[in-house]
Amino acid sequence: MSDYKALQEAVLKGDIKTALEQTQKAIDAKDVARDVLDNGLIPAMDEMGDRFAKGVAFVPQMLRAAKTMQECVKLLQPLFAEGDITSKGKVLIGTVKGDLHDIGKNLVAMMLEGAGFTIVDIGVDVSPDKFVEKVKETNPDIVGMSALLSTTMPAMPETIEALKTAGLRDNIKIMIGGAPVTEKYATQIEADSYASDAGSAVAKAKELLGIS
Amino acid sequence: MIIVGEKINTSRKSIAAAVEARDADFIVKVARAQVDAGATYVDVNAGTLLEQETEVLCWLVETVQGAIDISLSLDSPNPAALAEAIKLHKGEPMINSISLEKDRLDALLPIVSSRPCSVVALCMAETSMPTTTEDRVQVGSELIDKLTGSGVALEKIYVDPLVQPVSVDTNMGVATLGAIGEIMRKYEGVNTICGLSNISYGLPERKLINRNFLALAIAHGLNGAILDPTDNLIMATMYTVEMLMGKDEYCGNYIDAYGNGILSKQ
Repeated sequence: MSDYKALQEAVLKGDIKTALEQTQKAIDAKDVARDVLDNGLIPAMDEMGDRFAKGVAFVPQMLRAAKTMQECVKLLQPLFAEGDITSKGKVLIGTVKGDLHDIGKNLVAMMLEGAGFTIVDIGVDVSPDKFVEKVKETNPDIVGMSALLSTTMPAMPETIEALKTAGLRDNIKIMIGGAPVTEKYATQIEADSYASDAGSAVAKAKELLGIS
Repeated sequence: MIIVGEKINTSRKSIAAAVEARDADFIVKVARAQVDAGATYVDVNAGTLLEQETEVLCWLVETVQGAIDISLSLDSPNPAALAEAIKLHKGEPMINSISLEKDRLDALLPIVSSRPCSVVALCMAETSMPTTTEDRVQVGSELIDKLTGSGVALEKIYVDPLVQPVSVDTNMGVATLGAIGEIMRKYEGVNTICGLSNISYGLPERKLINRNFLALAIAHGLNGAILDPTDNLIMATMYTVEMLMGKDEYCGNYIDAYGNGILSKQ
């Protein structure tokens, strides 16, 4: 296995050119594509999430790092063997009914994707019924709900209730977030987890699925 | 410039604690400080309290107006809370806000057109957030048409272009500024207003960004802002830019601000 320090630094900087060069170098050295992903790209995004949660990295840097990683993954794509990419877990994510805000949800989805989760993004203004339908259809490990308005927060317990009624609640973990949402509220509505930002969402998701 | 003082918001810890204890003195003190610092309206927002929002919003209206003769900006995305609070308000409140989202529009249009008030028209479409200048102008125009069609005077309408973070899309600042300019040109007599903190989400030194954004927005025609008027730095920016844009006769406000120590006491 190669040392992916230079690749990781390039991803953290969002330096696409260098990151692609480093990825190509690894490919030329006959590194296994999955090693490059697991030991190069994903740890870099983990580090970015960590820096973001600590307040030493900022949103544009996160976007840039994620973009860089995506480009590297594209380069690796043809080299992945069948069944090579093992997902850390599947996260279904959406903004709740009546709420059109998507910035926070998109950031969370992006960071989870960077950390190796499979994302099913079902958009904004998602009704409890639609959550239920999509959970049935995609069978996720985690359901993430976002709300930016205090008026739309009650759609979170409504959705949890709908998932219970549909008999799906026990199959999934529920994570919530959004500006007015609090840890206390998560406990109150019996969600499994609350994340205050995109960086900590990754840590919380891993925690929920018992991934170190 | 219409200044809406933003500090009485239960998302702030000190306000949440004062509301919980029904500490009227504290609330009045925060309101008075903003009025003394130049607020035209004092914003009251109890959105974080969910089921108790209506009750607390009403208490805030009675508490502030019981002590100070000032109009309030009743701030909630919840039409039911606004409908109750407006009944208790003395004089003309600012209703913050109406949008094209169906529930909000249907519930608020009859209320804002049936009594004297100012209204913030938030450029939120029925099913999506605006991205470009054109999106904002289109939603803003539709809201203006609906409001004036219901009998609300153009002069009572404050279009909020819906500020979104520049950290997520570096065109967001330009898109908002463009919309301010175009709406002010298209509808002579209408007002534009916005909060400043959304622009800086996700970036360090947010106040620096907020201040500079305010300056640019005023240069594009903005004539209302939701901000903390007790923050001398932002007020100094406002007075300076208004003067430079030819909106301060004989530089009177600027010189008064200097006399009051606002320009140098940071």
